[in-house]
Amino acid sequence: MGECKLYLGVDVGSVSTNIIVMDSDLKVLEKHYIRTQGRPIQILKKSFKELSGNLPLNSRIAGVGCTGSGRELAGAITGADVIKNEITAHGIATLTFLPDTKTVIEIGGQDSKIIIIRDGIITDFAMNTVCAAGTGSFIDRQASRLNIPIEEFGELAEFSKAPVRIAGRCAVFAESDMIHKQQMGHGVEDIVKGLCVALVRNYLNNVGKGKEILPRVVFQGGVAANKGIKNAFEDMLETNITVPEHYDVMGALGAAILAKKETDRAGCTKFRGFDSLEEDFTSTSFECDGCPNMCEVVEIKVGNQVVARWGDRCGKWGGS
Amino acid sequence: MVLTFPHMGKMYIPAKAFFEEMGIETVSPPPVTKRTLELGTKYSPELVCLPFKINLGNYIESIENGADTIIITGSCGPCRFGLYGIVQKEILKELGYDIDILILDPPREDFPKLMENLRRLGEGKDFKTVSRASRKAAPIVMMCDSLYELGIYKRAREEVKGDTDRLLNQFEMSIRHTHGADGVIKLLKEYKRRLRAIPEKKDYEPLNIGLVGEIYTLIEPYVNLHVEQKLGLLGAHVDRSISVSWWVRTHLLPDIPLRIKEKLILRRASSYLGLCIGGHAWQTIGHSINYARGGYDGIIQIMPFACMPEVVAQSILPSISHEKNIPIMTLTVDELTGDGGYNTRLEAFIETIRQQKSENRRKEKSYGRV
Repeated sequence: MGECKLYLGVDVGSVSTNIIVMDSDLKVLEKHYIRTQGRPIQILKKSFKELSGNLPLNSRIAGVGCTGSGRELAGAITGADVIKNEITAHGIATLTFLPDTKTVIEIGGQDSKIIIIRDGIITDFAMNTVCAAGTGSFIDRQASRLNIPIEEFGELAEFSKAPVRIAGRCAVFAESDMIHKQQMGHGVEDIVKGLCVALVRNYLNNVGKGKEILPRVVFQGGVAANKGIKNAFEDMLETNITVPEHYDVMGALGAAILAKKETDRAGCTKFRGFDSLEEDFTSTSFECDGCPNMCEVVEIKVGNQVVARWGDRCGKWGGS
Repeated sequence: MVLTFPHMGKMYIPAKAFFEEMGIETVSPPPVTKRTLELGTKYSPELVCLPFKINLGNYIESIENGADTIIITGSCGPCRFGLYGIVQKEILKELGYDIDILILDPPREDFPKLMENLRRLGEGKDFKTVSRASRKAAPIVMMCDSLYELGIYKRAREEVKGDTDRLLNQFEMSIRHTHGADGVIKLLKEYKRRLRAIPEKKDYEPLNIGLVGEIYTLIEPYVNLHVEQKLGLLGAHVDRSISVSWWVRTHLLPDIPLRIKEKLILRRASSYLGLCIGGHAWQTIGHSINYARGGYDGIIQIMPFACMPEVVAQSILPSISHEKNIPIMTLTVDELTGDGGYNTRLEAFIETIRQQKSENRRKEKSYGRV
């Protein structure tokens, strides 16, 4: 039996870091969904260490793709073959598994997006603008405030008989509305359902504004686990919503698929190897005083070797 | 009198040259940095739009460098900009700075006041000096914009990524040590020549992206998170609907052809928006339609958070996008300095358009064969 080629997909998001390992038949072998906890480098190191122990013996990593808001960082650390934005990564993953998709709704920790697909290519997209109301971190916060485990938060909404109205436009308004309704004596399930509806309303008015939402509609991202939100989408759009099997790691999966394409073309990978990931990574930042622009430059070092620098405008430090 | 003015892109280059030719001592504000933003937000009303805060930061930093008189243009509304000068004056007074603000309002508003301000600015200079200085400085406005336009052209096509920016950065470093209009013109010419010499990729066809939106956020790169540079490095050619020279040519100079052209562009907007509602919302709509007609690949609207006129324009843009079949994206800027979210949006925007374009081309080809 020949050695088996594996592909790594890394999605470093604001709230969670997802890592997947897939084989060359696009089958997901490993799936890590960890909280970023504001320390992406440590989290990546730790999960890679765990991951390397779980891989089949006769396997090797044949490609790495990074996405998410921390993609540059993750790319520098791993030696990625592909560093891609989340829109493309999510779109590619959805299209690979559900080729007839026309609309992708993705709600993650801090971003929510809509991706419009026609004839198998991404034709349009939108992301939330300034406010994070309606994204995962807000739901997370509300769940912990109500002392409900996040996993049960969405299911609770299904018990609601008379959902209350919650303002969904702004996280501060929504929270104060929820507190007010709770002090008036409304049941928790009605408030939770009200919140789900409010968030969906906000999403459709803000992110989905002016977009033609046609079926098949696919709902992915961490929030897709929330049944309350999914049901609210189905009610409001009057269509069935598909939640893909790997809904929570679609970005990472897309990155891995792109990495496979890239390495198939290039013939080799730039992956640094798991051993090098065990070395010491340091990231330091300094303010360049070369000119009055005073750019904040970030420097990533492996041991004593500088692997990446960015943040400068002029190209002096190799970034821009 | 030591004069200063707020930053707006490269406006400081011709402004500096003009006042130096006039024999008026000037202090150019240091480039907009974190500190400018911090000073500005600390002393501004929280809800005011971003340009106000940056202006105020510029003033304070200039005052620290010895300025005692500030010159700004005004407008009597209808958007918040109409109140900038007056409120900023009050704030600086409360902070205990002993400075003078000369607000140059459009002539139709209060002509005697404008003349008085200009007279104070002229400080007994005769008409000959003023006209000589204007004649010498006016071409710098155009030359400066043309240098940066060449930069946009080159950046999208440069063979070695970063060449253009390295050169433009050098230019900005040298301009600070240059004095008078002649020196500036010489430097502009030199850098234009050097910029032209940057090797380009062969047979590369960049996407054409039009930028529309609020004038200040469009022109000041610190505020728009260097959107032109980012798009350029993604390989897109950017056309900015509004520039400093555009403003000078449509407001100060008797440039009739450009004024007529602008009128026509605004007229095209009439089925969506038929009047000035403050700021540059009307231009945003007009120029978006113009870009769509001109075969551009996409449009990006940039505005400061909660900018009243641009919010109106923003809500009109989806109809234009739909009816004229052109992708339009809106970016709202505020005090953010982390640009990750913007990079993602810009990268995805460009990539989406590029894929769509090559798909269309593929289809055209296959239809051609049938």
